[in-house]
This record gives sequence, structure tokens and C-alpha cells, in this order.
Amino acid sequence: MMTFAPLLLVFLPLVAAAVSFALPERLSSWRNAANLGVAFTKLLVVAYLLNATEAGLVFEWRYEFLPDNDLVLRLDKLALLFVTLSVFLWLMTTIYAIAYFDRGPNLSRFFGFFNLCVLAATGVAMSGTAITFFLFYELLTLATWPLVAHKGDDKSLRAGRIYLSYTLAGSVAFLAGILWLQSLVGAIEFAAPPDLTGIPALTLTLIFILCIGGLGVKAAIFPLHGWLPEAMAAPAPVSALLHAVAVVKAGAFGIVRMIYDVYGIGTVADLGLGLPLAALASVTILYGSVRALMQTDLKKRLAYSTVSQVSYIILGASLIGPYAVIGGLVHLVHQGIMKITLFMCAGALANRMGIKAIADLDGAGRLMPVTMAAFSVGALGMIGLPPVAGFISKWYLGIGALQSDAAWVVAVLAGSSLLNAAYFLPLLYRAWLLPPPADRPAIRELATTRDRMLILPAAVTALVSLGAGIFASLPFSPLAWVTLIAEGGYLR
Amino acid sequence: MNLLGLLVAVPLGFMVAALLLRGSGRWLILAAAPVMAGLALWLALLPPGTTLLVGNWDLPLGILLRADGVARLMVLAGALVIGAIGLHALVDPPGGNDGGAATAETFWPLLYLMWAGANAGFLTTDLFNLYVTLEMVSLAAVALAAMGSLAAALRYFMIAMLGSLAYLLGVALLVANYNTVDVTLLAQVARLDLATVMALGLMTAGLLIKAALFPMHGWLPPAHAAAPAPASALLSAIAVKLGFVILLRLWFEAFPAITGSAALHVLGGLGAAAVIYGSIQAMRQDRLKPLVAYSTVAQVGYLFLAFPLVAGAVEPSSAWAGMTLHGVAHMLAKAAMFLAAGLMLKAAAGDRIADLGGLAQAMPLTVTAFGLAAVSLMGLPPSGGFTAKFLLLSAAIEQGAFLYAGVLVVGGLLAAVYLFRALSACFAPLAGAGPDTASRGPVTGGVKAVAPLTLAGLAIVMGFAGTALVDVSAIEVPWATPTVIQPEVAP
Repeated sequence: MMTFAPLLLVFLPLVAAAVSFALPERLSSWRNAANLGVAFTKLLVVAYLLNATEAGLVFEWRYEFLPDNDLVLRLDKLALLFVTLSVFLWLMTTIYAIAYFDRGPNLSRFFGFFNLCVLAATGVAMSGTAITFFLFYELLTLATWPLVAHKGDDKSLRAGRIYLSYTLAGSVAFLAGILWLQSLVGAIEFAAPPDLTGIPALTLTLIFILCIGGLGVKAAIFPLHGWLPEAMAAPAPVSALLHAVAVVKAGAFGIVRMIYDVYGIGTVADLGLGLPLAALASVTILYGSVRALMQTDLKKRLAYSTVSQVSYIILGASLIGPYAVIGGLVHLVHQGIMKITLFMCAGALANRMGIKAIADLDGAGRLMPVTMAAFSVGALGMIGLPPVAGFISKWYLGIGALQSDAAWVVAVLAGSSLLNAAYFLPLLYRAWLLPPPADRPAIRELATTRDRMLILPAAVTALVSLGAGIFASLPFSPLAWVTLIAEGGYLR
Repeated sequence: MNLLGLLVAVPLGFMVAALLLRGSGRWLILAAAPVMAGLALWLALLPPGTTLLVGNWDLPLGILLRADGVARLMVLAGALVIGAIGLHALVDPPGGNDGGAATAETFWPLLYLMWAGANAGFLTTDLFNLYVTLEMVSLAAVALAAMGSLAAALRYFMIAMLGSLAYLLGVALLVANYNTVDVTLLAQVARLDLATVMALGLMTAGLLIKAALFPMHGWLPPAHAAAPAPASALLSAIAVKLGFVILLRLWFEAFPAITGSAALHVLGGLGAAAVIYGSIQAMRQDRLKPLVAYSTVAQVGYLFLAFPLVAGAVEPSSAWAGMTLHGVAHMLAKAAMFLAAGLMLKAAAGDRIADLGGLAQAMPLTVTAFGLAAVSLMGLPPSGGFTAKFLLLSAAIEQGAFLYAGVLVVGGLLAAVYLFRALSACFAPLAGAGPDTASRGPVTGGVKAVAPLTLAGLAIVMGFAGTALVDVSAIEVPWATPTVIQPEVAP
């Protein structure tokens, strides 16, 4: 178990993918059962691993795939943070996707690639060397493309094309950066950061820019964010997945690894790279919020909100103070749970009542109260209101900024929260306080076709994002786990 | 006769049998594919230093067959690729322009002829013997190309003849100058004089034509695009590789002392230009097969772009491995892609990329094969193409050769542009139908997709066997201490 646990986490989704690809559409119930079964098994494995890792065990699997370049899967606490998030949200999204698509076309293909995405995201989380990271990072790009282009209409194909041109360009920059650094210091292991002394500052800065630039595409840092709103052409479960867990988080996670496990905070501070990155993250936060405010389409507004929110993670990582790190890392989890709630609700609204534009939201709360309640929790969390989890992130980020003598960040946080409120509160107002238009189906009518599985996942994630805020001080809460990570090495 | 001889003799035997059996000769592939794969695997696992002196004469009279790393990998990949193409041709027979049985019948002897020629070419170190193998392969290749378009084949024939003549002239000059044409012996006596430079120049020019390196690539796209899919696969995977391998023998083994860095950079520069030019041409194609053919022009470029990287490396084995593995990965992936493209075009409404709509639903396995092959050609992980690119890019960055590094990086991106364009078209709905009616019943059984899927799968799996493959490629590399050649006594 010690060595093979990481391999098992990669292998399980591969099984689900193979089963999904192999089963024809008419056996969809078998396919659904396999997908749920594997997702649930994976959650159990992760529960075991959480316990074991908290007790201090580190699981590692290693394979020399090229001379001097090992493929390493390593489950340290940071890896497990991301693994747990993705495994939990995947179970939710799988339940949701089964209900959402029901019996649409090409679902074998969809679930096949969907599982390959889980595989890639778990791999990204567990990567122990830079080259392993790159491998899974690219696999993620490839596995997501068929999901973005899933509908096959012009808009989806265009979105797929834009997605690829951004991400592939980003990954070659990242690869060039990795190989450049490797040519100077040898293979890069996250567990044993390379010794960078003696390398000219300019070289290190250029490599840093290449790597962060490459990772920043997926993390949707301004001005590399253009693909993300376009990718909204994809079906709702895909949007939920791209935004909450897989793609943007892989980018943000990679940036955290670069700063803390490759360069080390000392080097980043010496080179003076933290501040420009923090500034760029702040620009993205404000820019994303302003653009979100300008959207009239619900999914587009959520997309720009993602652009803004993911940069909180990068802001926290680049400020290089204990509280800021905690705030950034905990937001990796919190944003995931809250954003997936919002997207699953948006998908449910579109699926059940054809609501796509914000103007159509009038009275939605009366017709779909559970969905809108979940949506409201997510929205309030994004604004940063206690006791939803988003508050914890912002609180720690704010304190962290003060610790790092960057008081201006507090202004950015305050401004962003105001903007968040400005683009989320009108939605809640419309949904709860305005009457529904006359042509909406009646509640009774909706109830006859209600599919609980479409609403349940969002309700669960909404409750979890409340719980993560209220019970933040308990062990195994995201905050407690992140604090454990921070104490275990990030605050050297 | 030992194993090395068998690798040449067995396909020749099959060729004769195929000629004699005519119509039913196609079934021979059922025996040939496993036998050759077995022999090739055996070759790959032989202890280093295995050689054979044909005719049992010592050098320079005898002809030396030798199993170095390049030969082992090329013969093995060749056996897998040609075997798979042959098995594929059983279920998807190559009908030419006349579509009749005559073309199908001629396909089989040509396949075996190319197989024997390629194996002999990969294994031998005798430059005149290499000329013979070059002719065997060219002959088979021209005839295969003629199955599609006679005009393209004639053009190919003329240019190939020119290449052969130039090569032969070079060999003649060497004979006059050194009294030997064995690569291993030449390496010991090579001196820098006008005759040697002229010989090397002539031979190189001739071989570059055969390998279709830009700007000598003009014959390739029409010939490869017009031929039936199994023939195109053979042409792109096998035929162009032989010229490349002979160039390796010349530049790194026989004359490393006189190939200056300027000359190496000319080759590298042409390679880089080929990558860019081939990719841009591929992007401009409207039809699927010319796109795949131009991709070969680009991929050949990487092989030569690697020349200065190998020569300039302090520790050349990793660049060498990158170059060799690129050749192997391209063999597997390009053969898979041509076979898949052939199936896709049969199912599609027309031969343009825009006609591919609906295929992702109609033939998912074939489109998957195309997609996996594309992943390797783009150099994305995990795949043999990525392993090769990783090694080459590392070497380029280590040497500060940022121009080559840039081309390696940009070439991958350009490949993504044109290959995803084709893949994307497969996801589009059927032309003239709305997205809801996109699904139509599967048009091909799964059997036809087996060969392309297997080859593409191998190209992907290669990405996980990097260490082992790098080790094999390093067997008897030119710069290692030369092994003492001990002739084996033939029974």
C-alpha cells in the first residue's frame, strides 16, 4: 500500500475511463454504475490516505521513464489537499452529469474523457518531479479538449480551438522553462528543491517567467485568460469541472509548486519576483470582477468571476507570508467547492427552465428554491460573507497581506469584495424578490419532472462550503489541513 | 546463416512466394508478420557486438552486417509497422486507380521487397551494399506510389534515379580513393581531401533526396498523398527512413573527422526549415492525405535538425537517442495515421478535411487511432514523440542552441494546429445536417481499426519505455570504443 497507493489513485479512473469508452450507449446504466462505483471507491481510498498522511506517512511511487528523469507520484500533504478536493468534487460532478445528460448522444465518449480528466488532475496533484507534473498537465489539456468540443457545433469547436491554442502555447513555454532549469541543475524534485546558487539572477528570472507564464494560461491570469469565457460553450458539468477543479486549479497548483518547491520562497524574495506576481494577480482579481459585472449571460458572469477568484490563490502564494499562504491554499479548496455549486446550479436552471441570461432569473427562487438556496450560499461565499468558507480565505489573505507589509492588497480585497457583491447580489435579488414571468412553468408542473440527482450535488457542496466556514477550526477542515501544510515546511 | 542474415533472407523468400502464389499470396502476411516480429525482437535483445560477415570473407571483401542500436530499433519498429500494414491490407485491400485485383496482387511482393531492402539497409555497413538496398527500397516505393498516381510515381522515379546516381558516384569516388567502402574501415583511414569531400557531398545530396529533406522534398507529397493508404503508410514510415540511416552512417561513423560544424549546421538548418515549411504547407492543405504527407516533410526535418545537436553535445548519447527515437516514433505514428486516414476517407463524403464531419461518432476507434498518432507527432506526452522531443530539446538547451530549441517548440505547436484541425473536423456534425442528427450508425467494423489503433498505441506506449529504448539506442554508438569484429562462422 505504501508504494502503490498513488498508483491506485491513477489506476482507478483509468478503469472507469476504459469501461466508459467500451460500453455502448444502450448500456448507459452499467456505465453510470461503474463511474459512480469508481468515484466512490476513490473517495474511500482518499479517506484512508488522509488519516495515514496526517499520521506522518508519505506515499511515493517512482519509475525511471527516461535516464535521470523519474516519474514520481508522491502523496505529501499539499498533494493530498488537491487530491481530496478533486476526488470529492468528481463524485459530485459525476452524479450531476448523469442526471444532467440523461440519455444524450456520445455519452460513452464524454464519460471516458471525463475520467481521463480526473486521472490527469490527480496526477498533477501527486506529481513529485517537474517532468511528471508536465506529463499530467498536458494529459489534462488533451483530455479536456473533447469535453469542451463535446457538442460538436460551431461554437463548441471554436471554443475548443481557442482553448487549445492558449493551453498548448502555455505548455511549450512551461516545458522550455523546465528544461532550461533542468539543464542547469538536473532533474527537479519537489521534495528536494534544487540548489539554485550560482545561477545568474537574469536566467532565473527568465525561467520563472517562462514557467509562471505557461502555468498562468491555465490559471487564467490576465492577460492569458481569454480561453476561459469562451470555454463556456461546453456543457454545464464540464464548466463546473474546468472552473472548480481541473484546469484552472492545475495551473494555480503548479504556480504554488514553482514558488515553494522549486524556487523556494527565499529565492523568489531575493529575485524580487513575488511582488510583481502579486500585482499581476491583483490586476486579474479586479479585472475579472469588472468584466463579470459587464456580462449579461449567467455562465459568462460566473466565468469571469472564476478568472478573478483563482488569482486569490496566486496572490496568497506570491505574498510569501504564513497567513497569506494559508489564505491562498485554503482558497484553492474553498473556491472549488463554492464555484462548482454555482455552476451546477446554473446548469440546473438552464436545464430545467431554459434560464441562460441574467434577466431571466426573475423569480427563480420561488420555482426552484433548493437550487437557488444553494446558489445563494455559493454567491455569498464568493463575496466573502461569514460564515461561508470564502470569508476564511479573504480573512487570512488580508492578515497575510498586512504581515507581508502589503497593505495595498487589503484595498484590492475590499474592492474585489465590493465588485463581487455588485455582480452577485442583483442575481439574488432577481431570484428571490422579483416575481417570475408569466410564461414560466408552474411549481407543480416542474415538480412532476423533478430529478433530485440534478439538485442534490449542488445542495451538498453548498452545505460543505458552509461547513468549511463554520467548522474551520476542527481537524480535517480545509483550513486545518492547510495550516498543517504551512507548518510542515512552507513557513521555513 | 545467422539471425542478421535471416532478417534479409526471410522477406525475400516471402517475396518470391508471393510472386508465385499470385492471388492467394496475400495470406502469407499471416505467417510473415509474426515471424518477422519475432526475429526483430530477438535482434533487439541480442548481446551487443553481434555481427555477420556475409560470404565468410574478411573485410574489405566480405559484407558486414551489424546490429548496432539504430539498426535494432529500426528493424524492430519496421517489423511491427510493416507487419501491421500488411495485416491491415488484408482487411482494407489497396485498390489502385483501376481498383482491380492486379494492383492488389502487386502490392504484396513490393511490401516484402521493401521489407528486405529496409532491413538490409539498416543492418549493413558497406556503402555499396547500401546502394543496392537503397535501390530495392526505391524500386518498391516507386511501384507502390504508381498504384495511386502514375504521374506522381514517374516524377518520384526520376528524382529517385538522380539521387541514386549521385550516391553511386560518391561510392565510386570512395572506392578509387580508399579501396574500401565499408563504413567501419573508412572511419579508420578517412582523410580530408577533395575526393572525399566531393564523395561525401554527392552521397549526401543523393540521400537527402531519398529522405525528402526540404528543399528536396517536392516529390513526396503528391506521391504519398495519391497512393492507397497501406502504400502511403509504407512510403512515409519506411522508405524515407533508409536515406536518413545511411546518412547517419556516413556523417557520424565513416567521416566524423571531416564533417565540419558548418556543414552540420547546414543540415540542421535545412531540417529546421523543413519543420517550419512542412508544417505551414500542412496547415494550408484542404485535403486530408496531403496534410498527412506534408506532416512527413516536417517530421523528417527533426531528424536532420538533430545532426548538429548530436555532433555538438559533450555527451552525445542523449541527443543520439532523441534522434533515433524520433525516427522510430514517426514510423509508428505516421503509419497509424495514414491507415486511419485511409479508413476515414472511405467513410467520409469526400477527401477534403471539411468532409470529415460526423466521423467521431461513426468510427470512434479509427478517429481515436488518428488522435493518438497525432499526440505522438505533436510531441505531447506521454508518447514516443514526446520522449524524442524531450531529449532533443534538452540537448539544444544545454548547448545554448536556442534557434533549434525554438524550432522544436514551434514545430510542435504548428503540428498541433494542423492535426487538431483535422480532428476537430471529425467532431463537427455531418455536413449538411444539424448537430442533433450528427450520429449515424458505425460505418466500419472494429476489425479495420485494429492495425492503426495498435500502431498508434505503440507510439504512445513508447513514451513509458524511454529508459530501455535509450539504452538500446546506445549499443555500439559510433563514438564508443569500436568493438573487435569477429566473423561468425556460417553453418
